[in-house]
Formats: sequence, C-alpha cells, structure tokens
Amino acid sequence: MNLAEYRRAARAWLEENAQAGDRPEAGDLARAKEFMARFYDAGYSGITWPARWGGQGLTEAEERAFAAEARHFTLPTYVFSIGLGMTGPTVLDRGTDEQRERFIRPLLRGEEIWCQLFSEPGAGSDVASLQTRAVRDGDHWVVNGQKVWTSIAQYADWGLLLARTNVDVPKHKGLTMFVVDMHHPGVTVRPLKDMSGRANFNEVFFDNVTIPDEHRVGEVDDGWSVAVTTLLHERLSISAGVGMGGQKDNPASLEALRQAVDTSDPLVRDQLVELHIRSRALALFNQRLAQETEAGIFPGARGSAAKLLLAELTLFQADLATQLVGPESVVAGHPLAQAISLAPGFALGGGTNEIMRNIIGDRVLGLPPEPRVDKTVPFKDLKVGTQA
Amino acid sequence: MKLVLSQEQQQLRESVRSFLRAASPLPKVRHGYDPQVYARLNGELGLSGLIVPEEYGGAGAGMAELAVALEETGAALLPGPFLATAFAAIALTRTPDKELLSGIAEGRVAATLTEHELACDGTTVRGTLTQVLSGMEADVLVAPASTGDGMVMVAVELGAPGVSRTPLETLDVTRGQARVVLEGAPCRVLGPQPESGIGDRLCVAVAAEQLGVMRAALDAIVAYAKIRVAFGRYIGSYQGVKHKLADMHCKLEQAESIVRYAAWAADEAPDELPGAAALAQAYVGRACFEVARDHLLLHGGIGYTWEHDAHLFYKRAKADEVLLGPPRLHRARLAQLLEL
Ligand SMILES: Cc1cc2nc3c(=O)[nH]c(=O)nc-3n(C[C@H](O)[C@H](O)[C@H](O)COP(=O)(O)OP(=O)(O)OC[C@H]3O[C@@H](n4cnc5c(N)ncnc54)[C@H](O)[C@@H]3O)c2cc1C
Repeated sequence: MNLAEYRRAARAWLEENAQAGDRPEAGDLARAKEFMARFYDAGYSGITWPARWGGQGLTEAEERAFAAEARHFTLPTYVFSIGLGMTGPTVLDRGTDEQRERFIRPLLRGEEIWCQLFSEPGAGSDVASLQTRAVRDGDHWVVNGQKVWTSIAQYADWGLLLARTNVDVPKHKGLTMFVVDMHHPGVTVRPLKDMSGRANFNEVFFDNVTIPDEHRVGEVDDGWSVAVTTLLHERLSISAGVGMGGQKDNPASLEALRQAVDTSDPLVRDQLVELHIRSRALALFNQRLAQETEAGIFPGARGSAAKLLLAELTLFQADLATQLVGPESVVAGHPLAQAISLAPGFALGGGTNEIMRNIIGDRVLGLPPEPRVDKTVPFKDLKVGTQA
Repeated sequence: MKLVLSQEQQQLRESVRSFLRAASPLPKVRHGYDPQVYARLNGELGLSGLIVPEEYGGAGAGMAELAVALEETGAALLPGPFLATAFAAIALTRTPDKELLSGIAEGRVAATLTEHELACDGTTVRGTLTQVLSGMEADVLVAPASTGDGMVMVAVELGAPGVSRTPLETLDVTRGQARVVLEGAPCRVLGPQPESGIGDRLCVAVAAEQLGVMRAALDAIVAYAKIRVAFGRYIGSYQGVKHKLADMHCKLEQAESIVRYAAWAADEAPDELPGAAALAQAYVGRACFEVARDHLLLHGGIGYTWEHDAHLFYKRAKADEVLLGPPRLHRARLAQLLEL
C-alpha cells in the first residue's frame, strides 16, 4: 500500500469508527477501551512501534499520514495518552524484553491504562529531590510515600514510578524506576479537582506497596537516566499534539474565532493574523522536527523548545480569544470559559516554561549551568520541598 | 513538503560558509563591498548563477538552494550586490533574457531590481527611483515599465547616459542603496511583465537572508555569554540572560521552519506560495530584528560601540525588515489571503 492509499484507508476507517459524541476525556471508559481495541486491531495504535512487541513497525510517514487524517476527528484517547506518549516509549527504550512482552501490547490495545508517578508535593521541577522510598526486601521492593498531580491515575492499571532507593548519595544517584500495580491494596488514589473544575489529576499514596524486582526498569539507583528518557518523550509528545491547522473543536482556533467575532475591524483582523502567524510557525517547526526524526536526527532537548512554544501559544490563544469574544466568554457553558481555565496546564505539566528555558539554555545552547548546591551533597543532608 | 536540507543542500551550505569565513570575515564587512570577493563568489562557487536556468549557463537550482546560499551570505553580512542580483535573477527567470541571464550566471553582470514602475517609450525610460538596492554596484537595473500598450519588463544599463546615480548614506553600512534618476536612459524591453510570483519570491529570498542574520547574531551572543563574567559567574549562567537566549533560540527554530517551507512552496507548491511568502516576511523579519536587538543588548556597553560588530547585525536586521515595504503590508496580505 502506498502512502496515499494508506491515508485514504485511514480516513475511511476514522469515518466509520470515530463517533460524533466522542470527547477526548474519559467520560465513558468502556467506550474509550472499546474504541482503542478496534483502533489497535485496525493497525493504528503504535504505528511506528516495533512489530515484535505489538506495534505496527511502520515509519513516521505512515504515522504522520494518519495524524493528518485524525485531525479532522475527535478520538476518545485521552486516558491512553500517558501510556502512548511517555511510559510506553520508556519501557520500549529501557525495559527488559520480558517487560516489553508483558506491557506493550495491552497498552497499545487500550486494555491497560498507564500513569506517570514522578511529581510529589515537595518535588516537581526538581523532581530528583523526591522522597517516596523504595526499600529492597529479597526479590521485591516495598514502597512508601506520596505522589501528586498524577494525570489519569484514577483509571490507571499501571504506573511508572520514580522512587528513592538510596539516601546516602547525591539526589540524582539514588533513584530507581519501577512499574507499580495501581490495583495493589496499598495504593490509594484521590482525585484532585484542577482549576477547570475537572479531576484529571490525582494524589497517590503508597502504603507498604510491594513491587517485584522484575518490574524494575533500568538499574538500581540509575532511575534518573530512565526518567530523562521519559521526560524527553513527554516533551516531544506534548508538542507534537499541534498539527497543521484544522484544530477541530478548539474554540480559540482561528477558524472558530472568525465565525465568532467581527472581522471587519482592522484591529481584530490583525490580532487574528498574529494568531495565524504563531500557530503556523509552531506547526511548521513541529513538522520539521518530525521530518528530522524520520531522517535519523533525534531532536533531543530541542523538543523542549516545541513544548515551550506550545505552552505559550496556548496561553496566548485562549487569552486572545476571550478578549475578542468579550463578556460571554467568561460564563460557564461557553467553550472559551473552559479553554481559558485549561490554558495554564500546558505551561506547568511536563515541566514549566522556566524549566524548558533552562533546558534549552543548558542542553541546546550549551550555556554554563547555574551554580548548584545540590549536586554533591548526600540526599539525606539536602534541603528539599517547601520550607520556611 | 520538505523542511529538512538534502545532502546536496548541506554541501552547498558548507562550501558557501567556508568560502565566506575565509574570504569575507566579519572584521572586513564594515569596509563595504569588495568586488574581488564578489567575483570569486560567483567564479569559484558559481553562486550568482544558482537559480539561472541551465540553458543560460546557470545551475538551474530552485529557491530552496538560493535560500541556503542567502542564509550564509546573510550570516556573514556579505556586502555588495548579491541579494540585488538574486532579486534580478528571480525576475529574469520569469521573463528570460539570454544576455542578462548568462551575464549573471558568469558573474560578469551585477544587477538589481525595482518594483517601482518606470515610463517607457520603447527605447528609453524615465523615472525617479528614491531607493535602489545596491544601486551603485549594479551594472543593470531590471524594472517594470508602462508603455503605450501595457506593462513590460525592461533592462537599463546603469552606466549609460541619461542615468544619474547618487549613493545614499544608509543605516546598514554593509550594504548600500542609491537614488537613481532616469531621464531618457536607453533601455531594452525584455517582454511583458509577468502576472505574479516575483514579489513572493523576493519575500522568501529576504527571509532566507534574515534567517542567516539571526542565526549568526544568536551564535555570537551565545559564545559571548560563555566567556563574559559578572559577579563571579559567566553571564550565560544567569537566568535573566539564559532565558532570553532560549527564547531567541525558539524564534530561530520557527524561522528556519518557515523559510524552508516558503522556499519549498516557491519551488513545488505555487498555490501555497503567497501565504508562505507573506508568513515568511511577517514572522522572520520581526524575529530577526528582535534577535539582533537582544543580541546587541546582552553584550552590554561594548555592543553599543562602533568598533563592535553587534550594531552591524542590528542595522542589517532593521534594513531587511523594511526592505520590501512596511512590515504591516505582509500582515495585511495575510489577512487578505485568510479572507478575514
Ligand atoms: C495539568 C498537569 C498535569 C500533570 N501531570 C503529571 C503527571 O501525570 N505525572 C507527574 O509526575 N507530574 C505531573 N504534573 C506535575 C508537573 O510536572 C509539575 O507541576 C511541574 O513540574 C512543576 O512542579 P511544581 O508543581 O512542584 O512547581 P515548582 O517546582 O515548585 O515550581 C514553582 C515555580 O518555580 C519555578 N522554578 C522551579 N525551579 C526553577 C528553576 N530551576 N529555575 C527557574 N524557575 C524555577 C517554576 O517554573 C514555577 O514557576 C502535572 C502538572 C499539571 C499542571
């Protein structure tokens, strides 16, 4: 099948299988899982993932062809986004063959939902200062502690957990990555209402939760390098969410706004032009990153630039849209009231804008690091979290 | 759509870059146009003939390749009529003229283009052109002209009688402009004026140069931020500096993506060209000036001196931003194309 045929087939499949009432969020989990199974069976889940572990083994070209078609539809896939974008690729990159065999196919087929358990009340930007402990006990580990802001945890079957396994070494050197069973009786998930009024993220408590050593990802005390893999995937997958125009259902898109506002006013026109310029600039940058990846140039830390630009565009766009539409945009029920509430999330989740700028400065431009007090001190002697 | 350079294009970039590094290093550019460098650029690298069709002795390359070359000449702040000649070549590929195109391809002829309309009686032209890019260095002016029956493209020898040229004192000391008055200057009619496409390609060409200017400006300040110390630390380690540099990098990434896209559209997707060209000027022109400005500021006092190169980038960026008209025109064009 050539690319054009592939794309036509994808469109036909989407037309038949995407339902008008579908929302990205997990309104109806059964529907989302049923959709995902059909999505996988049709060959559209894990398009570029290795066939050996259940992926399709195709190239970025097919992935992009599919994404170009999918943009015209709304798919109920939000609950799978952490697994597909972050934890799945981490298991593929850094897991054992047994782990790949066990976890990848059910993840791609939507049979199992994943979450990412990194941030804690005392450790977000500086996630390496986290305090959740994992202590070895024979052939398994015992975990105690608390995570927070964990997206999708309330639906998750598995979590990718970063925990401290050694307090006598500097903070980056005493972390280990695990796959934790979210159904373990010692795991408590409490949904947290976010500023939009929805509960998409959670607090997660671990009370003597056991994890078999086979579910450790990477070496003991080498969890930081595994986490870096996850975070790289995270930034790329967040930023790749923007496509070339056609932002279906986005009430702050140019297409939506041109219907909603009076474009005979030259000031309005110019603001919409600014929105167009910024959206196109980012969409083209994302396309270029995708083409580079296809050509074998891994974007690495440059993905942080795309993530930062998306966060800024999202804030700008919702802000502009509410200004243009006026009073009605801030009344419940107006889609922009939701959009303006959701907008800050992009600038926080997956690393804040400041952290993205640090990464671009340090890793992409090679600028000198800030003086640090936390790199050589053993973790147990370090000041962490919120302290007066 | 192709947003990544091919191997050949990377080679082209490398050869132009290493040539300019040796032949036209930054300390030299403030002394202005060096015809010898220009001749070698065209002779050794054949750059002036890059987009000239092969039948006229050129390389027959597209805007994508021209953009690669212009990015490098921009980064080097190359003085002289390279951009102006590229402008003329862009116009001449639409109204081909063997003599001029082969002259440009061989590097014998430096040319320039105006979009301002002259009056033509068939053999001579009249008109006052207040600002002609590289007007003193160019041998030939290509221009649209009105005749009794319709619009044509004409070529005017700038050394001929009936032509008076006055150099302008331009902000950008690395590239000149001239006031050109034509009073019955002899001209050659090249053919009817093409319907469209020239202006859009000029937008793409300038954006490519701007991309080079901004890349070089960012490189320069990143390098300085790694060696300049204040309060016992490299300035690049301060977030007030680092974060600004990160934002400049983001602008560069987007600008490069847009330039590649617009050049691709010029070569392969004429339907997309008008929107891509206006986008290129609207985004890259502004981004280039902002980056050049912040690169100057982050140098501190030394950046404000005549001695230092920072102002050369700042001034080229400003001159380029307004070269094709007030930038609002590109935004207005986008509004029109988007049917707002
Ligand atoms: C919608 C959403 C979903 C999320 N989902 C998940 C998830 O699924 N899993 C998960 O593990 N986490 C998740 N997070 C957590 C997210 O990664 C953190 O909130 C984020 O990294 C910031 O950490 P923090 O909240 O502790 O803020 P802090 O780190 O306390 O930051 C406070 C402020 O200080 C600034 N700051 C901190 N350090 C620096 C520095 N070095 N230089 C300059 N400024 C600095 C920050 O930019 C910020 O402005 C999510 C967050 C949101 C908002």
